[in-house]
Amino acid sequence: MTETNLRLLKDIDEPGLHTIDVYERRGGYSALRRAVTELEPDEVLEQISEAELLGRGGAAFAMGMKAGFVPKGDTDNYMLVNADESEPGAFKDRVLMQKTPHLLIEGCLIAARAIDAVQAIIYIRGEYEHQADILERAVAEAYERGYVGKDILGTGWDLEFVVHRGAGAYIAGEEMALLDSLEGKRAHPRMKPPYPANVGGGVYQGPTLVNNVETLCNVPYIINFGVEEYRKLGTEQSTGTKVVSVSGNVRRPGNYEVPMGVTCREIIYGLAGGPPEGREVKCFLPGGSSSPALTGDEGLDLRFDFETLEAAGSMLGSGSVIVVDDSQPLVPFALRLAEFYRHESCGKCVPCREGTNWTVKMLERIDSGEATPMDFELLAQVQTNIIGNCLCLLGDSMAMAVGSMLEKFRDEFERHAEEARARNEAALVEQSAPELAAAPSIGPM
Amino acid sequence: MADRDGHPNGSVRAEHPLVADRLVGLDRQVASTKPSVAAGWDLPADPDKGPSVVPQLADVDVPPELQDEIEYRMSLYPDPRSAVMPALKTAQRHHGYLPPLAILQVAAVMKVTPAYLSSIASFYDMFNEEPLGRHYIYVCTSVSCHLVNAKRVYDAIVEAAEKLGLEDTDVRAFECLGACDMQPMASVDGRYVGPLDPSDAPELVLALREGRVPLPGRGLDDPDHMPAGAGDPPPQEEAP
Repeated sequence: MTETNLRLLKDIDEPGLHTIDVYERRGGYSALRRAVTELEPDEVLEQISEAELLGRGGAAFAMGMKAGFVPKGDTDNYMLVNADESEPGAFKDRVLMQKTPHLLIEGCLIAARAIDAVQAIIYIRGEYEHQADILERAVAEAYERGYVGKDILGTGWDLEFVVHRGAGAYIAGEEMALLDSLEGKRAHPRMKPPYPANVGGGVYQGPTLVNNVETLCNVPYIINFGVEEYRKLGTEQSTGTKVVSVSGNVRRPGNYEVPMGVTCREIIYGLAGGPPEGREVKCFLPGGSSSPALTGDEGLDLRFDFETLEAAGSMLGSGSVIVVDDSQPLVPFALRLAEFYRHESCGKCVPCREGTNWTVKMLERIDSGEATPMDFELLAQVQTNIIGNCLCLLGDSMAMAVGSMLEKFRDEFERHAEEARARNEAALVEQSAPELAAAPSIGPM
Repeated sequence: MADRDGHPNGSVRAEHPLVADRLVGLDRQVASTKPSVAAGWDLPADPDKGPSVVPQLADVDVPPELQDEIEYRMSLYPDPRSAVMPALKTAQRHHGYLPPLAILQVAAVMKVTPAYLSSIASFYDMFNEEPLGRHYIYVCTSVSCHLVNAKRVYDAIVEAAEKLGLEDTDVRAFECLGACDMQPMASVDGRYVGPLDPSDAPELVLALREGRVPLPGRGLDDPDHMPAGAGDPPPQEEAP
């Protein structure tokens, strides 16, 4: 990773980058100026489309195409930034919002210009109180300088901007649930279609473009330096760079910006320092807790881009690599992961609400040694019955991660249950017949 | 409020769990201190009661600063109802939690029914309908932090809070707070501190009790605290 490959995190160590003065001094808001005064909204959209910028929030949907669905003319369009980053292992948006909030605001304004929006909203998760304070100050500064508000940069374009704070619900980060939550309801996913970009589908019934923080942070670069320059990094299908959050059993957890297509080994060992001394990578989740696990052997030499990881049966998702080393028992890990989804399931669709609950219960049984051989089959079956049967992907996320771990480490799951059972039996003997437990053991017991 | 003790699902059953309860794990659920469902779910509905109404502002005593803040929040959105969450948060800051009076006040200002607000308050994790404390320590015990022994940090903080008599504070194991670069970590009233060790717990609790900033220099945005990564190129000798 050389300095020149950094785009989003280029100035991240600059003191005071979160203030508009420093940001402008580093060339900030020049892309907005260009997009608003020199280009037509359609040209802005065209550039984003040609750059083939894929959504960085998890679904990897092309931003240009999404923005292209938004009708222009008679409707009140909305620009909604999904900053409800709550996926375990993901913290890239936090760094971007905290260190360089104006980059997000600029990207958001350019996208809002492309769809001719009347209102921009950043939905930030409630736990990010500090980051929300920073963003609110940044928005106020942008209002003062005339980048937001009435008659932006003298072009007659009006846009209001508000920072909305969530209150601790992972499901609110789901695109459709985000709309409901923003409208002041419980965050329940809606039925699709209509999609948010359609009339009647978005927030307040208006067509809405919903984008992730990191996606929008890429937009100013595209406008400033052009599509060709943007596509110089990355692969043919996964263009540009990706901010990767590495966490778990690594020596240097943190955010690293890499061009798409570097190997997973380079990220885990080269940048994050690999697992602690004497440990090996047992498996890792390349795209946050929702992605199917890859074992160290099969995954480390894969290229880190959308198409390679998908072909390998996993996904790049939000680009949050969670590394598990070989000292970690997988059953408690899978259990912790499943507990998260059980807690966060909104309860609207039965397969997810019941499936996450039963997955936790079965994993608890495996962990405590109460499992029967049938439980493993049942556990696998529950996972397949969740996938594809709900309105949103929350249940699928758990099913993919837990299902893949069970499939790839079935031996370990069974061994774990067996060992726990043996421990229970020994404890029972100890309790009910101490004289037997104290006697030297005869036979294999 | 449901009378949990007198109810068959209450403590009686926890003391004498049925075999069936044990099989489905209900005995453990009942025995846990925090009810897994909102109180009152098992009380019969009263058919004679009229439908819930929107309280009139004139009937409810709303502190002016609370009313101003909520009305300001409502003015920010194209649809004022979007301000439900910010308004509840304001009321929670004002009262310390969300008692029925707080819900009533917000309902009167926003012109919605209290039941509607209650449905929101019970859905989102950061709203408390019980007085859990004005301050909070959310200890992240989610997937990444779990891999680096967050449970031990959480247990140490709970123990320290009990031993040192920390009051008015909600100590909770929380799902991912989005700061895995400083794993294991905790959020103390919104300020992220980490990486934590179980031995940090007494100092953290003591500082909070005395109103100091806990663990100075180890907060996320402290000037001398630099979480690993953030675009730094790694030291050369460790590159592959």
